[in-house]
Amino acid sequence: MIRLEGIIFVVICSFFCFVISGPAQAANTMSVQIKEGQVRSTPSFLGTIVAKLAYGDSVEIIQDQGAWKKVALRGGVQGWIHTSALSEKSIILKAGAKNVQTSATGSEIALAGKGFSEQVEKQYKSLNRNINYAWIDRMEKFQVSPEQMQAFLKQGGVAPAKGGAQ
Amino acid sequence: MKTRLLPLSLIALLSLVSCQTMESATSIATTIGQSTGVVSSSQADSIQKTARAVSRSAEEFTPEQEYYIGRSVGAVVLTKYPAHEDDKVNQYLNIIGQTLAQASDMPGIFGGYHFLVLNSNEINAFATPSGLVFVTRGLLRCCRNEDALAAVLAHEIGHIELRHGMQAIKKARITEALTTIAAEGAKTFGSKEVAALTETFGGTITDITNTMIEKGYSRSAEYEADLKAVKLLRRVGYDPNGLVEMLTAMKKNLKAGGLDFAKTHPSPENRIEEIQKDGIQYATVKIPTARQQRFQQMLGKI
Ligand SMILES: [Zn+2]
Repeated sequence: MIRLEGIIFVVICSFFCFVISGPAQAANTMSVQIKEGQVRSTPSFLGTIVAKLAYGDSVEIIQDQGAWKKVALRGGVQGWIHTSALSEKSIILKAGAKNVQTSATGSEIALAGKGFSEQVEKQYKSLNRNINYAWIDRMEKFQVSPEQMQAFLKQGGVAPAKGGAQ
Repeated sequence: MKTRLLPLSLIALLSLVSCQTMESATSIATTIGQSTGVVSSSQADSIQKTARAVSRSAEEFTPEQEYYIGRSVGAVVLTKYPAHEDDKVNQYLNIIGQTLAQASDMPGIFGGYHFLVLNSNEINAFATPSGLVFVTRGLLRCCRNEDALAAVLAHEIGHIELRHGMQAIKKARITEALTTIAAEGAKTFGSKEVAALTETFGGTITDITNTMIEKGYSRSAEYEADLKAVKLLRRVGYDPNGLVEMLTAMKKNLKAGGLDFAKTHPSPENRIEEIQKDGIQYATVKIPTARQQRFQQMLGKI
C-alpha cells in the first residue's frame, strides 16, 4: 500500500514538473542545423548511416545517450544523431516563408539564409576580386563515406578504444 | 486510500520546487555521470554550456552563418598560399581528418570538415570556423608517420571545436553584426541591407584572418587544442605520442624569426611539456607495417 502510494506520488510529481516547465524542458522535437544530418544505427561515429536529413528537418527525440540522441523519423525509421547536428530552434527555410521573416528574431525560430549568407558572400566576392573560391568549392567535394573510414582504419590497424568510440 | 493521498496542492508545490532546482540538478547529474565514467569530461562541458544562459557572443551566429564566415576565411588563406594540387595526398588527408572529425565532440558542422595541403615550405596550418583545414607541405615534413599526421589534423580540429576562430571576432563587431542581422528586412542583391551586412562581414573576416594568420591565438588556446588532440587520437586509436614526435621534428625544422608556427605557436618544447603534464609518458610510437607503408607512399616525398 505504502509502495503504491509512493509510485503514484512520483508519477503525479513528474507530470506536474512536465506541465509547469513547458516546452523548453520537454524539447521532444529538434531541428537539423547543418546541411546534411546523418542518422546512424548505433550511437557511435562508426555506426552505419540509416538515413540522411536535410537542413531544417525536424526530428522527434526518443532517447538520450551521452552526446547522441535517438530519433524517430517519418516512415518509422529510428536511429542516432549527434547533438552537435541539432538545434532546439525551429529552422524555417526561406522558400515560401516570407511571412516568418518579421517574427524570426525570437529565440524559438531561426530563419535559414538570414544574415551572413550566400548573397553576402557574392557581394563580398564582387568587392574583393583577388579572393578566389574555386578551391573552397573543390574542397567541399572531398567526401569520405563511413565505409571508407572503416576500411581505412582496419587496413592500417587503427583500433578505436572500446567504449570510447562515441 | 483516499485519506492517505497527499493534497494535490502540496504535490504541485513540491514538483515546482524540483523544477526550479533543475539547473543545479543538471550539474550534479553531470558530475555524477563524470565520476562514474558515463559522461566524458568534454561531454560534461558541453552539457553544462547548454544549461547556462548564453550571453551575447559569437555563439549567436547560426552554424549556417559560421559556414559562410569559414568559406571566406579559407578563400583569404588561399590568396596567400596556393593549393598543393595532388588529389591522392589530399584524399589521404581527408580520410584521416574526416574520420577524426566524426569521432570528435563536434562532428555536426554545417558543411562538414574538409582538408587541403598548401604548397608552401613554411611550417603552418589553419583551421577556419566551420571545418576547413589547411596544412602546408612544410608541416607535413615534420610528420614521420600517420600518427604524427593525425596529431596535426586533430590539433586543427581542436581549434574548430573550441571555436578559437570565432572568438577572434572583435566584441564590437559581433554586436554590430547581430544588430544588423536582427534588423534585416527583405534584402536584394546590391540593396542597402546587403551593403551593410557585407561591410560587417568583411570586418569579421579580417578580424579572424589577422589573428589566425598574423598574430596567432593565445598560448593557452594552443595548449587546449593540443589536449583536445590527445583525447581525440586516443578515441580513434592513434598513439598520442605521435604529437610528441611531430613536435620534436618540428623543433628541428623551425627557423627562428619565421612567420609561421615560429611566430604564431608556443615553442615545440613548451607544447611537449604541457602535453606531458597531462600524463603522457613518452614512448616510441609503434606503427604496424601496413600503416607505415601507406604513409610512405603518400607522404614519403612530400
Ligand atoms: Zn594551433
